[in-house]
Amino acid sequence: MSYFHRHRELTPYLLLAPGVLFLAVFFVVPLGFLAYQSLESGNIDFGYAFTWSWSNYWHALRDYRAQFVRSLEYAGIATLLALLISYPVAYWIAFRGGRWKNLLLLFIVAPFFVTYLIRTLAWETILSDNGFVVNTLQSLHVLGPSGRLLATSTAVVTGITYNFLPFMALPLYVSLEQIDGRLIEAAEDLYASKLHAFLRVTLPLSLPGVVAGTLLTFIPAAGDFINAQLLGGPDNHMIGNVIQSKFLELTDYPAAAAMSFILMAAILVAVFVYARLVGTEQLTGTAV
Amino acid sequence: MTDQLTRRELLQRGAAGGAALTIPGLLAACGGTSKAGAGSTTSHKLAKTLNFSNWTLYMDVNNKKHTNPSLIQFQKKYGVHVDYVEDINDNAGFFGKIQGALSRGQSIHRDIIVLTDNDRYLALMIKKGWCEKLDKSAIPNIKNLVDVQKHPNFDPNRDYSLPWQSGMTGIAYNDTLTDPVLSIDELFGNPKLKGKITCLNSMGDALTLVMLSNGDDPSKVTDRSFNAAFNRVKKAADNKQIRQFTGNDYAPILARGDLSAAMSWSGDIAQLGQKQIHWNVPKDGGALWTDNMLIPNGGNVYTASVYMNYVYDPKVQGLMEAGDPKRNITGIYYIPPVAGAGEWARKYDPTVANNPLIFPNKKMLDSVHIFDSKALNNQKYLEQWQNLISS
Repeated sequence: MSYFHRHRELTPYLLLAPGVLFLAVFFVVPLGFLAYQSLESGNIDFGYAFTWSWSNYWHALRDYRAQFVRSLEYAGIATLLALLISYPVAYWIAFRGGRWKNLLLLFIVAPFFVTYLIRTLAWETILSDNGFVVNTLQSLHVLGPSGRLLATSTAVVTGITYNFLPFMALPLYVSLEQIDGRLIEAAEDLYASKLHAFLRVTLPLSLPGVVAGTLLTFIPAAGDFINAQLLGGPDNHMIGNVIQSKFLELTDYPAAAAMSFILMAAILVAVFVYARLVGTEQLTGTAV
Repeated sequence: MTDQLTRRELLQRGAAGGAALTIPGLLAACGGTSKAGAGSTTSHKLAKTLNFSNWTLYMDVNNKKHTNPSLIQFQKKYGVHVDYVEDINDNAGFFGKIQGALSRGQSIHRDIIVLTDNDRYLALMIKKGWCEKLDKSAIPNIKNLVDVQKHPNFDPNRDYSLPWQSGMTGIAYNDTLTDPVLSIDELFGNPKLKGKITCLNSMGDALTLVMLSNGDDPSKVTDRSFNAAFNRVKKAADNKQIRQFTGNDYAPILARGDLSAAMSWSGDIAQLGQKQIHWNVPKDGGALWTDNMLIPNGGNVYTASVYMNYVYDPKVQGLMEAGDPKRNITGIYYIPPVAGAGEWARKYDPTVANNPLIFPNKKMLDSVHIFDSKALNNQKYLEQWQNLISS
């Protein structure tokens, strides 16, 4: 009898061990360090000491509330836009893509072969003051003659939407692709209109994809700083920019750590509220 | 102007530099740890290897062989191989990488690193005792250090640092979009430029220019002069005159024509190589910044000092600066700190020696100033500044 047969009850834990170890070493331990650091006080000249300095948190909330709110706002709008853009695309690929499905999916992922920074810089050219987009909007009188898109919140949200779009589109595609077409046929046989069939059958069945996509988009978008730095003006900076400047420029590690924790907490709360609204079973996809 | 050739070469050098970046970087990441850095002794024995971290595009390059001729020549002369790594992209980022080890008293396995005096970290390294004293007995060529660099306030006797190269901060403008912009008054005040200009996010650079425009001395910053300059930048940002605060990412925006003018570094404009974009020291004066060599704790002092002595030989510096078109060598093209380098540079490439952005005339040098290093380390100023540029 082998060891595993004699200790069958241990097998799942042994199989889990590599994953748990990985999470412990690369997630829990660093998080612990970060928590410890967020309660330190001092500066780079005289060193840092652990002093239960909760004031790091209060100061961050007091001084940078605007950037926290702005981050959640930009990430929220970008997530919504990404959903509105991705859903029809994913729907079309899943139901009408036919033998081109894989190629079409490749087109969605293709921009990811280019680095993040270059993709963002490309938007500097697209939204350029003398570019096609701005000129068109000016001739339509949407923008004034001296109006511009670069260095505005519009540019930042556009950049975030674009950069995180595949995180939305791919989960949506997967959940739409799995829907059994006969269910929609059945709805139509039962005299549901196309719209009704979509609202009562397709949409509910694709909700796990919607939930996964929104989370995968919203969470990293809220902590992003590249888009705000390159496409935004001085008034459009997000909390990621402040954390980066606290950490690198000001070497105020405790403040940066405290802000990271506040951001994490804010995202957790947002996700929790969202999960309560759509129902927790959608998070795990057990509704399918 | 004679800088047509210079610009082309700069681009070539850019390409060569990109290729050279990867391999030494990999080698350093894999091996380089046990070689030098072991003895921070004062022994006068050369190490086998000198580990040198520098900024990108900052060394003479043989474009055919993708080698650094001055480093090969050094190896031939002294038998020391230079492990040259271009792994510094910004002061804050590099300091962030090395500060952990240095604060624990560990070696970072480098014998020479290069930091800029317009940022706080150079002074901080010296103040915290994180770098070794130079072995001046091995650097007789220190006599060639140009006068203006002899007594900086972060290292009054040059006990710990020696300049590598310098550059200037001024104003660039696009002549197809605006009349010449030659002062901060105009850059921040001309309503035609509203939303069409950028300001540098480096506090030292930006405030030097603004303080000079205010009639204040940027080398001796007081609360009053800081507040005056700070409020002026803040006002220009609040009324949307300033579109963005940037590092050198303003360059492509300026090149595309989205900006009419920008607070700018001389080297960037030379690299852009566009006829319509001009660079000037502002009417009230500009900033001079200098990248300085340091020996971080644990580095081999004697070997590093011998190398510093080598580059302070005007003949060597002349070649490093100007390159040699006949041998397909491209130079550094910044401002050398070594007196007499100009004469040697002329022998290799007269167009470089005559370029005022590389060998500035006295008038230009008299109009550029160095920012107060104490103010760069003033946490209150830094916080105010960072909050302004990322609000």
